[in-house]
Formats: sequence, C-alpha cells, structure tokens
Amino acid sequence: MNDYFRGLRYGIPIGLGYLSVSFTFGIMAVSYGLYWWQAVAISMLTVTSAGQFAGIGIMMHPGQYIEMLVSQLTINVRYSFMSISLSQKTDSKFKGLYRWLLGFFMTDEIFAVASTEKSVKRSFFAGLATLPYFGWALGTLVGALLGNILPQRLMSALGLAIYGMFVAIVVPEMKHKKTVCIVVAFAIVFSCLFTYVPILSQVSSGLSISICAIAAAILGAILFPVKEDEA
Amino acid sequence: MDTKEFLIYLLILSGSTYLIRSIPFALLRKKIENRFVKSFLYYIPYAVLTAMTIPAIFYATDSKISAAAGLVVAVGLALKGKSLTVVAVAACAMVFLVECVLV
Repeated sequence: MNDYFRGLRYGIPIGLGYLSVSFTFGIMAVSYGLYWWQAVAISMLTVTSAGQFAGIGIMMHPGQYIEMLVSQLTINVRYSFMSISLSQKTDSKFKGLYRWLLGFFMTDEIFAVASTEKSVKRSFFAGLATLPYFGWALGTLVGALLGNILPQRLMSALGLAIYGMFVAIVVPEMKHKKTVCIVVAFAIVFSCLFTYVPILSQVSSGLSISICAIAAAILGAILFPVKEDEA
Repeated sequence: MDTKEFLIYLLILSGSTYLIRSIPFALLRKKIENRFVKSFLYYIPYAVLTAMTIPAIFYATDSKISAAAGLVVAVGLALKGKSLTVVAVAACAMVFLVECVLV
C-alpha cells in the first residue's frame, strides 16, 4: 500500500499536466461536432494525446477506418518500445493479468516516471497511473462542457506544462551522463529535420517522433553501449 | 456521424492503442541479455521525450519567445534537481509573465 501511495504522489504533476492537455482536447472535440460524452469516452478508453487529436480529425470523415488504424499504429508504435523497456524493470509479482491491465496506462509520462525506478512494483505503477488517468478524463469533460471559458493567455501558458515535465525528466540524466547528452542532441537534430525539411515534414508527427527516437537510441547503443549495471 | 459509426471509430482508436501498449508488455517475460538491445532500451525514453519536446515546444504557446523563456526556466530548475511539478508550474508561470509583456 505504501508503494501505491508513493506512486500516487509521483503522479500528481502528470495529472496536472494532463488536465491542461485534455482540456484542450475536450474543447477541440466539441468544436469538431462530437458530443461531450463522446469526447470523454475517447479519453477514458484511449488515454493518449497525439493519437486522440489525430483520431478526432479522422472521425470528421465518414468510413475512414483503415486510415484510423494506420494513423494510430504509426503514432503509437513508440508505446511498444516503452512497454518492452519497462518489461525489463518490473519486479517478479508484476506479471500476467497485471501487465494486461496496467499496460493500458502506458503513456509517455507514466512510462518516463516509472522508468526512473530501479524495480517497478505493480502497486507503484497502479498508484502512478491513477491521478493522470482521472486528470485526463476530468480535463476532457471540463473542456467539452465549458469550452473556451479560460482566458487564452492562461491556456497558452498551460500548453507548456507537459514539455516542462519532459525537461524535468531528461535534463537530470543529461547532467550525470555525457552519453545521454549526445543521444539527446541526435534526437533534436533528427526531430528538427523532420519538422523543417520539405519532404520529411510530410511524415505524421507521431511516426516521425518514433523514427527520430529509434534512430537516436540506436546510434547511442552503437556508439556508447551501456555497462551491465547501468541498463 | 451517427452513434454506430462513432463506436466503430472508437473501437479502432482505443483497441489499437491498447494492444500496441499491452502486447509487448504482457508477452515479454524474459530478461533481455543482449547488450545492444539493453543500451537501446536505456536510451529510448530520453530520445522519445526529446523528439517530442523539440521543436514542438516552440509552437505550444502563443509566442516562440515565451516558449523559449519557459524552456530556459525548465532546464535551469531541472539542473537544480527540482521536482516535475515545480519545473512544470514554473515554466508555465514564465510563459504567462512573458506573454503579459509581449502579447
């Protein structure tokens, strides 16, 4: 139970960050013509940012089921790598049904925090997922119902919350390991190429993130293989 | 869009997202011993988070300047070892302040 509450505490910033992002999702879903309950259902059953935003864009067009599937697979393929990565860090009780249930909550941020643990307990992971999950659902509901009630300046500022969290996860590790700095530099260069170079920028953002991350991590693994006790 | 079509879309959206997360998580039980794969898995979280942050962070707010100021604050506080909440809230506050002056 202690681990559950420790996870709960670690989940507070993620939940706060999710409130603002899912709030935006709720507003956008309703502006696309979805009902509030549809927006909330999407958030509670999917729990992903980029995939949901792309998903409601596709829903605007009738019958594009294949497009929906392909977009989700490409945007979300990064989750597979996170799942593989975290499967190596779980303790002996975190297996079977627990993995099928808790794997549902493998978001970028939950993964990022969980991966800072030496050994991930299932109760810790469940605690960690709790507040982000309800934050995601609640933000969507409020956004869908209240729409543009928040001033634009506040919304703009909240837009940085998720990225602030990412920085808080990556930078401390960069401070300790020069190799992580170099992998981060690779990822920045690739990501900028996929944003600004004409043909590359056609690639959907979810897929290009996966490509950039995989390429940077492969280069890191080739150039700076980690020692046994580090990985 | 009628409710039936919505439900089909929802099934594809949530089903594919769930399976892509849970299948590798649930089915991979062995410890990976390969040093290359272990190294790759060590680097992947940092690579993913970086690729998601840059350059997207500069388009997350109403002005690139406020976003850059927020990023600088976030990096500075992260270097000092502040918690996720502190870093995120301070970065948002910086954006707010800069936009009060700029926009």
